[in-house]
Amino acid sequence: MLIFVLRRFFFFLITLAFTSVLIFLLTRVLPGDVARIKAGRDAPQEAVEQVRQDLGLDQPLPVQYFNWVTNLVQGDWGDSFTTNTPIYPDVRQRLENSGRLAFLTLLIAIPISLLLGIIAALNEGNLVDGLISILTLGVVSLPEFVTGIFLINTVAFKWAKKWDWLPYELRGSASGFKPEMSFTESLPYLTLPAIAATFVLLAYVTRLTRAGVIEELKRDYVRTAELKGLPYPIVIVRHVLRNALSPTVTVIAISLGWLISGLVVVEAVFNYKGLGSLLIFAVENRDLPIIQSIVMVTVSVILLANFLADLMYAVLNPRVRLGK
Amino acid sequence: MSILALIHLCSEWNSCLNNKPNTPVLEVQNLYVSYHANRQWYEAIRDFEITVHPGQIYGVVGESGSGKSTAIKAIIRYLGKNGKINDGRILLQGEDIARKPRRYMKTLWATRMHMLPQNPFVALNPAIRIGEQVAETIRVRDGLSRSQARSKAISMLERVRLADAKEISHRYPHELSGGMQQRIVLAMAFSASPQILMLDEPTTSLDVTTEATILDIIRDLVQTSQAGAIYVTHDLGVVAQLCERVAVMYAGEIVEDAPVHDLYARPLHPYTIGLIACVPRLGQTKQQAALRTIPGRPPSLQNRGEGCIFAPRCPVALEKCFVKHPPLEQADDGRKIRCHRWQEIADGALVVEQTFQSGLEISEHLEREQLLDVEDLTKHYDVPRGLLDFLQGKPAATVKAVDGVNLGVQHGRTLGLVGESGSGKTTLARMIVGLISRTGGTIELKGQPIESSVRQRSRDALRQIQMVFQNPQDSLNPYLTIGQAIRRPLMKLAKHSRREAEKEVHRLLTAVNLDDSYINRFPAILSGGERQRVAIARAFASVPELIVCDEPVSALDVSVQAAVLNLLARLQAENDTSYLFISHNLAVVGYLADYLTVMYLGQIFEVGYGHDLFAPPYHPYTEALVSAIPIPDPNYKTQHIRLNDDIPSPRNLPTGCRFHTRCPRKIGLICEQEVPPWQDDGDGHFVRCHIPLAELTAMQQTNPLPQNQEHA
Repeated sequence: MLIFVLRRFFFFLITLAFTSVLIFLLTRVLPGDVARIKAGRDAPQEAVEQVRQDLGLDQPLPVQYFNWVTNLVQGDWGDSFTTNTPIYPDVRQRLENSGRLAFLTLLIAIPISLLLGIIAALNEGNLVDGLISILTLGVVSLPEFVTGIFLINTVAFKWAKKWDWLPYELRGSASGFKPEMSFTESLPYLTLPAIAATFVLLAYVTRLTRAGVIEELKRDYVRTAELKGLPYPIVIVRHVLRNALSPTVTVIAISLGWLISGLVVVEAVFNYKGLGSLLIFAVENRDLPIIQSIVMVTVSVILLANFLADLMYAVLNPRVRLGK
Repeated sequence: MSILALIHLCSEWNSCLNNKPNTPVLEVQNLYVSYHANRQWYEAIRDFEITVHPGQIYGVVGESGSGKSTAIKAIIRYLGKNGKINDGRILLQGEDIARKPRRYMKTLWATRMHMLPQNPFVALNPAIRIGEQVAETIRVRDGLSRSQARSKAISMLERVRLADAKEISHRYPHELSGGMQQRIVLAMAFSASPQILMLDEPTTSLDVTTEATILDIIRDLVQTSQAGAIYVTHDLGVVAQLCERVAVMYAGEIVEDAPVHDLYARPLHPYTIGLIACVPRLGQTKQQAALRTIPGRPPSLQNRGEGCIFAPRCPVALEKCFVKHPPLEQADDGRKIRCHRWQEIADGALVVEQTFQSGLEISEHLEREQLLDVEDLTKHYDVPRGLLDFLQGKPAATVKAVDGVNLGVQHGRTLGLVGESGSGKTTLARMIVGLISRTGGTIELKGQPIESSVRQRSRDALRQIQMVFQNPQDSLNPYLTIGQAIRRPLMKLAKHSRREAEKEVHRLLTAVNLDDSYINRFPAILSGGERQRVAIARAFASVPELIVCDEPVSALDVSVQAAVLNLLARLQAENDTSYLFISHNLAVVGYLADYLTVMYLGQIFEVGYGHDLFAPPYHPYTEALVSAIPIPDPNYKTQHIRLNDDIPSPRNLPTGCRFHTRCPRKIGLICEQEVPPWQDDGDGHFVRCHIPLAELTAMQQTNPLPQNQEHA
């Protein structure tokens, strides 16, 4: 098992190094001279050369890459072109915000979709299964700005005014959120955006869980477990789920990347300051260093999530540990 | 008189009843089971009855589709959603469980009834450790704590003779061999001390050597626990060696039910008579007589006629057999027969004649010129190194699947190749055909060297070597009609014109006893036996010199198997084709093969004539294989030589003689250190062993090994 973890980790590092090279090169081959952009369109050639030297752009590419990576690791991510302030604190703050939202979303989405998936699988082909299919597919086919606005309209504006027991903060949606709040304090602000994001994940994870469980229910070991006289819930939880969840784990890992930097619409609707909205800002202003940092962060998160998913896989399925 | 005393009396009487030795543990009466398929219900089981006593192993024998598995699933009430019991009583110690709710059945499964699956690997949960899977059963039943259940589980594993039970309990199912997995399943079944146990072909997927050990364990466990057992199988040999009483099933009905000795000595139902006659016995050869067969095929369950279900295939059917369904009649000696004419058969007034064909003529000179010459053939696989191994600079490991094999096949002769799974038989066969490229050695056909892989071989080389595979359903393209499948080699390899090819297809189909109506059919609607005939016809289409047959009959039912073997023997005689015939069934090899090769861990250990299988001297490995065959005769008690452990991994080959780790006749250090020499009896029989041939013969004739080596 230890060998397996080490090997997976090694692969994680290699992929990370490879993608960082890719990201580095991509920003270098993009049209436009970075030094010229930074110095200003009308700046004299000497000033541009000066900027080029300051940024180290006159050095050979491998050296530039090496410097870039060293700075990245040390937390020196350079300055933004638009605001001329250091990127690192800003991106870090946004990552933290996005992380909170992603975490809460998974906290809501995973149990619900697993439960729905299992219920659908156990009722394969009948009314309950059909209802769950329609419900989850219906929800996923609505765009986030529709579900988001719907949530704000009903929950924040109508229900929260009608019922006092709903926390006050829900009324103001996520705009009251402050980064220095603790997780529990921020919960009421995060709930609605998290639900909107959950809606997108729900159908996907539910369907995969359903397919996995149906597949596993046909296996002979289920019969063995039943003939042992085990109660049905135990047969499902202890025997079936373990084997059925592998594809679900992968999908959750992949969706983590989307949750971190892809929640642009949800963030916009709820006026939440996450990585997604920062990315939009950077793209609009051609702020290359920010784009580069965000892409790098996102890639790292996705790779890390996949590494964890691999470990989870191995816990679920001992055959994976042989590592072929 | 108080009520308490009355209750006491009742319970005493009750327990008294239960302990009476002759009370049957299970009684099934008048059972009817239906299955739902293709939008209609059809009866899979009709009028089934069985009575099992404690400590008794009851055999249920039948070919595929006879309903034998359905019967036991119905008894244990695990039919699935598309099956239902229509009628009948299932009495478990007098209590009718035929209509009990599932919740109630769960408690019975946990404590009193159990079923052993056919394939132990898929029946074990791949994600849970062995020890936990066994302990779980115990916890549910006895409410023991985790550690108590665990230690009890380990003692159960010891009971099924797993040497290092504690270590094994920490493993996962995929880390065990098939034989070990089956023992785990047995341990699980008996840890609940069931009163009745259903065994659904538990040894079908195992080697003979492993099968023998598993059967020993089953026999032993049933004896000591005094449980009743129903053993479902298609293998008449296993039944003869294991069971006390046998029910023979055909198309959903019991046709005969008798004590095992009576059944084999004097079968009364025409189907049973035919079935027993079909099985090739060790010692039977193709020269003596063709195998007996049962013509026709079993009826489909949807439209069974009014009369006896076997009537259309019965050689002694009368007119009334086609109109009146016979009841299961009970004879005076307790046997039951479902036949209108059983009295006549029992009295000897009626002899059930089988289709009988004489054997093939023995040619005067058995020795013929060499066709195929294989020299020093080798297949080594490199196992990819792991990352850590790579970093530590370990060399890549090699698996020696086939390691320096020499063999020859003569014109028009059959070379039989036997060995356990993992011995390299199939790799060898595929290298000869060219499906796997070799890493060393040469193959010559009629003195001409042949290229390693099919892609490099010339058309003519391809034409000359053909192959028949184990599973005809996988080896025929489902999208080609039978005619197309056979026409291809005719036109591509034998260079026939379209018109000639049509004629040839007709000739070939006739040769394999199929008529022209098959030309436009697809493989999917053919039975297993028919498909294998088509595969054989296709192999013969290019008029090959050599056909490699890899377990061609092991997927077929006994009665079909006999017909296919007859066909192979006849076609060989007619076309003067050579066979390399691979089978794990020694009786089948003994029947068909002129010459014999025994393979173990990539090497050949014995070479001789086919009939060398029937008498010593053997190589100790061959001896163990022969001894493990379940002989279909209850009076025949085999010498119980059981091999220790499983076949070693070809990654870690034993030193010296590769068989020394399991050899029951090992003589000492020499076996571990020195590669044994080839010994020759001067008459074409070679054995690779350190023990002199004369000594081997003497040992094997006079000094059978003590029983159950494994205990030692």
